[in-house]
Parts: sequence; C-alpha cells; structure tokens
Amino acid sequence: MISALFIYNQKGEVLISRLYRQDLKRSIADIFRVQVISNTEVRSPIITLGSTSFFHVRHENLYIVALTKWNANAALIFEICYRVINVGRSYFGKFDEEAVKSNFVLIYELLDEVLDFGYPQNSDTDTLKMYITTEGVKSERAIKEDSSKITIQATGAISWRRSDVKYRKNEAFIDVIESVNLLLSTQGNVLRSDVAGQIMMRAYLSGTPECKFGLNDKVLLEKDAVNRNRRTSNAVEIDDCQFHQCVKLGKFDSDRTISFIPPDGEFELMRYRTSENINLPFRVHPVVTEIGKSKVEYRIVVKANFSSKLYANNVVLNIPTPLNAASVNCSVNAGKAKYVPAENAMVWKIPRFQGQSEYMLTAEATLTTMTHKKAWSRPPISMDFQVLMFTSSGLLVRFLKVFEKSNYQSVKWVRYMTKAGNYQVRF
Amino acid sequence: MADFKLPKPKFFVTNKKGENAELLADLNSEYRERRKDAVKRVIANMTVGKDVSSLFPQVVKNMQTEDLEMKKLVYLYLMNYAKSNPDLVILAVNTFVKDTDHVNPLIRALAIRTMGCIRVDKILDHLCEPLRKCLGDDNPYVRKTAALCVAKLWDLDPERAIENGFVTSLQELVSDTNPMVVANAVTALAEMQESSETKDVFVVNVSVMNKMLNALNECTEWGQIAILTSLAEYKPLDSKEAETICERVMPRLAHANGSVVLSAVRIILIMMRYIRSDEFNKQLVKKMSPPLVTLLASAPEVQYVALRNINLILQKRPDILQNDIRVFFCKYNDPPYVKLEKLEIMIKLCNDRNIDQLLSELKEYASEVDVDFVRRSVRAIGRCAIMIDDASERCVNVLLDLINTKVNYVVQEAISVIKDIFRKYPKRYEAIIPTLCQNLDSLDEPEARGSLIWIIGEYAERIDNADELIENFMETFLEENAQVQLQLLTATVKLFLKKPSQSQEIVHRVLQTATQDIDNPDTRDRAYVYWRLLSTDPQAAKAVVLSEKPPISVETRTISPGLMDELITNISTLASVYHKPPSAFLGNKAYSPDAIQKAAAADAQDEELHAVDGAESPAAAKEAAVKNAMADLLDLDFGSEPTSATSGGSFAPVMSPITSSAPALPPTSTGSSTGPNYSSDLFDFSSDTSSSIFGSTGASSGAGSSSNNFNSNNSNNSFGSLGGFGGSSGGMMASNNDPFAGLGGSAPAQQPPAQKPAGQQSGAMNDLLDLF
Repeated sequence: MISALFIYNQKGEVLISRLYRQDLKRSIADIFRVQVISNTEVRSPIITLGSTSFFHVRHENLYIVALTKWNANAALIFEICYRVINVGRSYFGKFDEEAVKSNFVLIYELLDEVLDFGYPQNSDTDTLKMYITTEGVKSERAIKEDSSKITIQATGAISWRRSDVKYRKNEAFIDVIESVNLLLSTQGNVLRSDVAGQIMMRAYLSGTPECKFGLNDKVLLEKDAVNRNRRTSNAVEIDDCQFHQCVKLGKFDSDRTISFIPPDGEFELMRYRTSENINLPFRVHPVVTEIGKSKVEYRIVVKANFSSKLYANNVVLNIPTPLNAASVNCSVNAGKAKYVPAENAMVWKIPRFQGQSEYMLTAEATLTTMTHKKAWSRPPISMDFQVLMFTSSGLLVRFLKVFEKSNYQSVKWVRYMTKAGNYQVRF
Repeated sequence: MADFKLPKPKFFVTNKKGENAELLADLNSEYRERRKDAVKRVIANMTVGKDVSSLFPQVVKNMQTEDLEMKKLVYLYLMNYAKSNPDLVILAVNTFVKDTDHVNPLIRALAIRTMGCIRVDKILDHLCEPLRKCLGDDNPYVRKTAALCVAKLWDLDPERAIENGFVTSLQELVSDTNPMVVANAVTALAEMQESSETKDVFVVNVSVMNKMLNALNECTEWGQIAILTSLAEYKPLDSKEAETICERVMPRLAHANGSVVLSAVRIILIMMRYIRSDEFNKQLVKKMSPPLVTLLASAPEVQYVALRNINLILQKRPDILQNDIRVFFCKYNDPPYVKLEKLEIMIKLCNDRNIDQLLSELKEYASEVDVDFVRRSVRAIGRCAIMIDDASERCVNVLLDLINTKVNYVVQEAISVIKDIFRKYPKRYEAIIPTLCQNLDSLDEPEARGSLIWIIGEYAERIDNADELIENFMETFLEENAQVQLQLLTATVKLFLKKPSQSQEIVHRVLQTATQDIDNPDTRDRAYVYWRLLSTDPQAAKAVVLSEKPPISVETRTISPGLMDELITNISTLASVYHKPPSAFLGNKAYSPDAIQKAAAADAQDEELHAVDGAESPAAAKEAAVKNAMADLLDLDFGSEPTSATSGGSFAPVMSPITSSAPALPPTSTGSSTGPNYSSDLFDFSSDTSSSIFGSTGASSGAGSSSNNFNSNNSNNSFGSLGGFGGSSGGMMASNNDPFAGLGGSAPAQQPPAQKPAGQQSGAMNDLLDLF
C-alpha cells in the first residue's frame, strides 16, 4: 500500500503532498528532492532509502512520487501513478506544473477518492467526474445526479455505466488502431516485428445493451471451421489480448467470445498483440557510407508495401547524422527534407505517400574534424506514418451485435488505421 | 517557496509578513467566498510545508457547511494538524458525528473516512458509534469506506476494534453482496492479520476462498488485486483444488492492468506448488508466457517491475519464454534501467539455437553511447561464451571485432572478459594473445590491466617477449593499484618458473620492491611467501603456482531455493524487484537495517534516542530538530547513529539496485565495511584468499546461504549481477575457484568470516595451494 503521494516540479518543489498513513512525516519529501531530483546519477524508478521506498514517474515537468514503508505491490504503485496522470489529463487537458498549481484543491479531492488509507479505490475518470467537479471542469456528463445513484455506480458491478442512457439514434463506432513495431538489422533482416493493436469504441446506445464482438481470430475461426467443416483463410493469430473491465473475461476464456455491456461514450475495448505474418507497410533500404573522416554519404530508399489504392499520411523519417556534422546537403524526389542540427538528424517529411510507390533521399554530410576519435554510434533511422484502412496484422472486425430489451436497431461503423510504433531501421 | 507567477488564483503566492494574521481575518470573514479562499490558501501553505497549525480553531469553525468542497478542504486540514492540537479536535467531533448521519451518502462516507484518519484518542471515543452505523449502512459506498476505517482504528487501538465487535462485522462483510465492499473488507482484514498477535483475524479457509473467487469477476481492477493478494494465503487441500483455483484466476491474465496480471501470475505460481500433474503445470507455464510478454508494452516503470519478475520466474521455471528471446531485444530509446534488465534476461534465455542472433544484437549494443550499458553488453558476450561451449569461438571473434574498434572502454572491458574465457577454456584461444598485447598501452583501468597481466603470466611460455612486457609494467609498479600489483607479482613468479633463464633478474627486482617499498600488506605478504617458497624449494613452488586450475562456470541461477520460494510468494512486490526477502529492507523487522541501527543506537546513545523519539510531541520537536536534523529527515531510520547518518554517504541507498553500492552494513558486522582491500588482510594474506579459504563464498556453493539475511545482504554477487548497475563489478566472476577472484569483484572481502558457511574445503585448499 501507499504511505504517501507527492507531486514535485522539476526543481524539486512540492506541489502536492498527501499522506495516507502515519508511518512517515512530511519532511520525508526533502529526502527525495536531495537524493533523486538533484542527483543525476539515479536511474532506477524505485529507490529504497532507509526503510522507505520511493517510486517515481516523470510526466511533463512533474515528478509523481509514491512512498511506501511496506513490501508493497510495485506494479500496482506504478499503475496508480499513471492512473493519477490519466485522471489529471482528463480533468485538466494537460497535467503539468501549471495545471497542478491552479487546480490543487481539486487534485486533493481526487487523491482522496482515488486512494483511501493507501489502498486504491476508484480511478475511473468517468465515475469520478460524476461527483467530483468544479466550475473549471464541466464534463458533458457531469449532471447533478442523485448522489445515492452515484455511489451505487462507484461500487457496483457495472460501475462503468449509468442505467438510464437514452439516444434517439443508436450508433456504435469502432476504430481498430494498430501500432506496428519493427527493428531491421543492418543487413536488412527483420530482427523483431510485432503489432500492438487497440480497439477503441464509441458507443452511443440506449439502455443496457449486451454486445457481442467478433474478429477474424484464428483460434475461434478454426474451432468454427472444425464444427462446420469450412476452410478458414485470412485468420489472424493473436498472441495475447487484454480487455476493458466491461468484457466478461470468464466467457472469453471458455469459448473466446467477446461479450460486454459497454460504458457510455468512448473507451478502449481491447488491446492485442500479434507477431505472426505481419505486413510491413514500409521497407527502408539505407546505404550510408563514411568516406574518410570528413564525409558521410546517404542514399535512402523507402518503398510503400501496401495496395496502391491506399495512402499513407504524415510520413516522417528521422535519419541520424554524426554528432560532428558541420553541414548536410540533402535532396529528395518527394516531400521535404531538412537537416535539424539540434536533433543531429535529417527530417524527411512526406505528407502523402501512395501505396506501392518508392521515394529516395540522397544526402551528403560534411564533418568537422574532432580531436578525439570516437566511433559514431549510428542510432537507427526511425519512421512515423499513418495508413488508413489498412491493418498490418490483417485483423478484421467480423461483426458487432447489440442486444437490448427494447430491441432497437443500431448502426455500426468500423475504421482501420495502422501507425508506426517503434519503427526502426539500423544502418 | 520561490514566487510563482500565476495569473489566476494566487494561492501559492509569496509569504508576506503577517500572512497568518491576514488569513486569520479572512477565515473569520462574514463572506463565504472569502472564507473559502482563505481555507484554500491555508491548504496551499500546508502543501508547501509552512506551519499553519496556529489557525486551527478558525479553520475548524468553517467545517459546518453545506459546501462539499469547503468541507473537504477543512477535513484535509484536520487530518494534517489534529495531532498537533489534540485538545481542540473536540471542536470538530460534533460535526463529524452529525455528518455520519447526513442524507447524502457521499458526506457520510467522507466523514467516516476522515474521522479514521485523525489519530487522536478523543476522536476514537466518538468514532465507535458512527462506525458501527456505517458498517451496516444501506449504501455500499459507505460500507466500503467503513470497512477500511476499521483497519485505521485497528492501527491505533486493536483492543478497541475487537471489543466493539468490528472485527466480526468485517468478517461478515466478506460475504457482502457488493464486490467492492468485499474487496475492501479483505484488504482491511489482511492488513490487520499481519499485525495481529493471535493471527486469527483473517483465516483464509475454503468458504472465504470461495467468496473471494466469486467476487473476483465483478470487482474493480484494484479490488481484484486485493483479492488475489489475499488468495495467496490460502493453502489448497489437494492438487485438484489448486487446479480449480488456477482455472478461476487464469482469465485475469488478460486484464489491461499490468498489476492485475502479475498478481494473477503470482497466484498461479504459488498454486503450482500443490499441483501434481506435470501436464497441467506445463499448460499453465505456456499460458503465462504471452501475458508476460505483453507487459513489455506497458509504461517503462511497469516494464521494469515486470522484467525483474520475469528474471525471477525464469530462474524458477527455465522452460518459460524459451522462444521469445527477440521480444527482449532492446529498443534504442528504452530507458537504461530497462535495457540492463533486458540484457540479464537475454543471457538467461540464451541457448545454442539463438546464440547467433543474440551475439549480433550484443555487438550492436556495444556501439551505443551509454558506457555502462556498453560494458554490460561486452560482459554479456563473455558470459555467453562461458555458458555455451560451441559458441565460444564466435563470441571470441565478436570480442576481437570489438577490440578492433579501439574504443577505449570497450577494449578494456573486452580484455577483462577474454581473461575469463581463457579461464574456462584453457589453451584454446592462445592465438589471439598478440592482438590483446597490442592494446597494452590503452589500458588504464586496474581490472583490464590486471587481466592482461594475468594472461601474460599464464601463457608466459608461449609469449616470446613476455619478459619485456612484464618489464614494461614493472616501470610503474609502485604507482599501480593493489589489484594490479598482486597480479604482476604472481605473473612474474609464473614467468620465472616457466622461463627461469630470462627472468631471474626481474623476479628478484619484483620481490625486492614488493617487500621493501610497498606498504600494502596484501602485496608485501604475498611477496614474502613467494620469496620463501622459491628459495626453499623451487619444485614445490612450481607445483603450487603452476598447478592445474579448475575451470570457471557462470551461475545464472543465483538465488537459493529457500529464498526463491519466498520471492515467488512475493511476486510483483518490492521484494521481487530487489530479489531480496522483505525483511532485508523493511523497517520494524528483527534484522532490518532500522531495527539494528535502532538497537545499536539505543545501547550507545540512550539519551539522544529519547530526544528523537520525543519528536512526536511538539515540545521536544525543536530540540530534536536542532540536535539531529538529519536523523529526523530520515524519519528515524538511521536513528541517531552518527556513523551512518552523518559520515560520508550518509543516505547511501541501502537497497537501490542502481548504485549497487554495498548495502550499508549493520553494525554487527563492523570492521568489514571500511574498504574492500584492507578489511580482510586481518584474516589472511590477501583479500582473495581470505574469501576462498573461509568457504568459497555464497556464490560458488550455489548461494546456499542466502536465506540468511546478512548473507544475502552482503554477498555482492547475487546483487551485483542481477540488480547492480554498478558497471564493472559484474557478477560473472562470482563462481570462480582460484585466487584471481579478487580481481573480479572485491565484494567477498566484505563477508565477515563468521557468517560463511563451512564446506568446499577441498576447493579452498586448492586455492590456497595455487596461490603460492
């Protein structure tokens, strides 16, 4: 459990101090400032000094620090720190020093609700917004509700949904967002590739709807295929998945159906991970040669691997240059590229990239001579992009069924997007 | 606090003269808004650490209000200052009691929550009635708050909690219809059980276990963790029951919250002890792998906790994650603490199928910028070579490539590592010796220099110019680090025994210098021993110095079975992050640093301790603060023990895995922490022999002793290699059996001999012989 929670700014000044247990004093806050904030050598997020353990997370210009004197659950403490950040972001838009200072009263109220006696209670933003409000924060759903209803929701089995939601038009939107991670070796081999997917749902459905959701999940389809003697194709093997708390985990475990009563509005329905048969949207072929000690030549070719009917947006390549580069001349046949000395990199932006097309950057970096010879560590080229209506994993939504007492018709929409996660190419 | 430029409400504004007086006026204002603003400013001052306790009566007056925000602020103030104004708290009691009867359940809960946090006897007298009412409240929100309040009361006065029947009511709440009430009741009971003397507050039997499993599905994520934590206390009757529990817990592995996943992993691993069916256990291990991998996609701090736990689980169940080495490859922008952990895990997962992949990856890391990480990567290559015989040649080639990069610290690290490879595979890679010797001039670190000298001595008969090389080193003999001096001494003797004709003059000079000009007793004594040995019987000297040495091996499993069981029980907690039993870093346990420091302080400086203890009461606070400001900051942790609290490195992180500085040793093992080199010569000739004579240290005997607190605290090898960020003091040298041990890590020198397990006598003898 957590004995105290502090929020510091970068200088180490305490902005929020909330002691949950009496086993330590407020003055302990100074220890953290002295030992961690002003000590640049500290690199671990967990530090034990004496018998007090400090867990810290950095966010914007803040340190969120949880203290404990117990053999506490470390994963839980970090999860809570991040949850505090999330709650703050959702309340104030941005959770930084400015926001903390101008909303400290509200933050104390929230911390009081999130933790009691050092044990996490409720960290669900939607529920919190029902009863912790100020003039500054007007959530669209922060209606003055009967408090007993609020409390039932805050503790109930379906704590995420009010019972009396009504919409004229019942709609549900599903966004499948995939982040594709890639690490290509210098030889062009795939060292690691995987997809971290996220299924976001915006549900505007009346009453208490029971939803069933189906994907082209290989395990499920194969089971179906055996039952119905059909062949399966294009099924995706999901390595692992995680669900929003509304999904009945027991049911998924027994027969892999995803059924749930959705919260009202937007939420993350599930996250998944696959590493088999990944369609890499882009291939990068870098040729970088160091000519003597004064020149580096670049020739970088990017090719889009997806269908020519699709487009990628906001493609950005970040191509590192040696630390002692004096000037860099680059030319490209699409988009714009420029040398950013502050980042020691060339940044090549291509706003719209059609499928199957191929572009090239050539550049020459002139180096200044350095007194000490230190090899250039060659950080990888990293890439950013978004491709709409494309999934790297090949995942598809097969159906979303909504069952409700009143049997209304509902409209469902699905969108797909693949974006770059950690897309790195060594050279 | 410095002045902030805030456009809007200026709560954090600079302290003007007489601000308290101004606040006082505002708190008494007839306008509500003004009073509220004043209370906000009081809270802001409190946050910053200013003393606003003098405003107590005025703030409390504002408690009776319908404005919920205002009420919360006043409550917050009360929780902080009630202890300093115990007599005035009575002013607030009335409002509290009234609030626990309020129609609004939020206010009822708020009142009972706050009352529990005010640790003043007077409040306790008035707490019992409302608490009883709230425990039976219709509203689950009030009940769940009251459940925790019982734990708060227990913390202050367990007697009263039992007398009033609160413990029984709490036990009844475990069967509540609302899952969150169940979760909080379980949380409270578990905490009370831990501190209870009779240990009968919360016994997890079959019926409790079933109730908890039923609530598990419907709880919030935090409730699930609470229940899973308590579930660990349950002892299943048979294998079948353990299997059922696993099946019920398994779905939690798909939860989005990483701590729920780890808590579930913990229960499954605990239950696996009871399960007889190997098939079922295999199934479980298979099912746990993907969720563990998924944790690597979470925030870096959670990743770190997960990685430390994976490291642990891998030692317990080596079959897990066998095909997943790629997911542990470091990303360029991973934080350093994550990278180092991933490196450790990669080494554990390394086998002859994935070694090529791993090697090319390690080579890549060796060109990164972070020096510490680069060194660890180079070291990892050496560990692979020692672990996998077939791959050793490839490893050596990679190391040679790295040496050719001429990056200074890479070269030095690589040479130290190659020395270990030589020790594992004697006479296999002699061909590379010339390459190593070319880099002689760039070596400036004692370990690297010592390593090269050792190689030269060991292979003196095959190096044509060995005598020249040694001669070279001799020029700076007196300036060298003791470690290097010892190596040079031994190497010269070896050279002499192998090529007596060329080196008679050198050996004479070395022995003379070492015995006459060097103060270090280690070096001097060893020189005397050699001298006498050589002058009495050169044949015996040959048999001793040039004897066959046992090859070294790498210990990837550094945790003893006993400790391992304890750590598995503590998965996801701090203990699992540190790989230490909780008692090693917690306060108020018999062998914790606190307890020992306190005990020592109590003996030595009774009076001063009193002063610090007395800091609880405001009167003594000032005195104590002046007298012992440092100790007070640390919250009495290192008490008034002046040696540890004020001398250099006062707040040395006792357990932090970053610095891996030797844990502050408890006073009982005094004398051993003065300095790694000097400490142990009291016991024997040199630091390295002393450690091997006295039983070959924990590591080579399989860390068999680490269930003992002191030992696990001191034996640097389990810590150095696993948790340490300490760079070159890596733990791969841990399990060696010859006197060179001293080079790898001087840690064993810190082990007081009394705590060494006996055993490994023959090995020790071997070392002793080898030395001379």
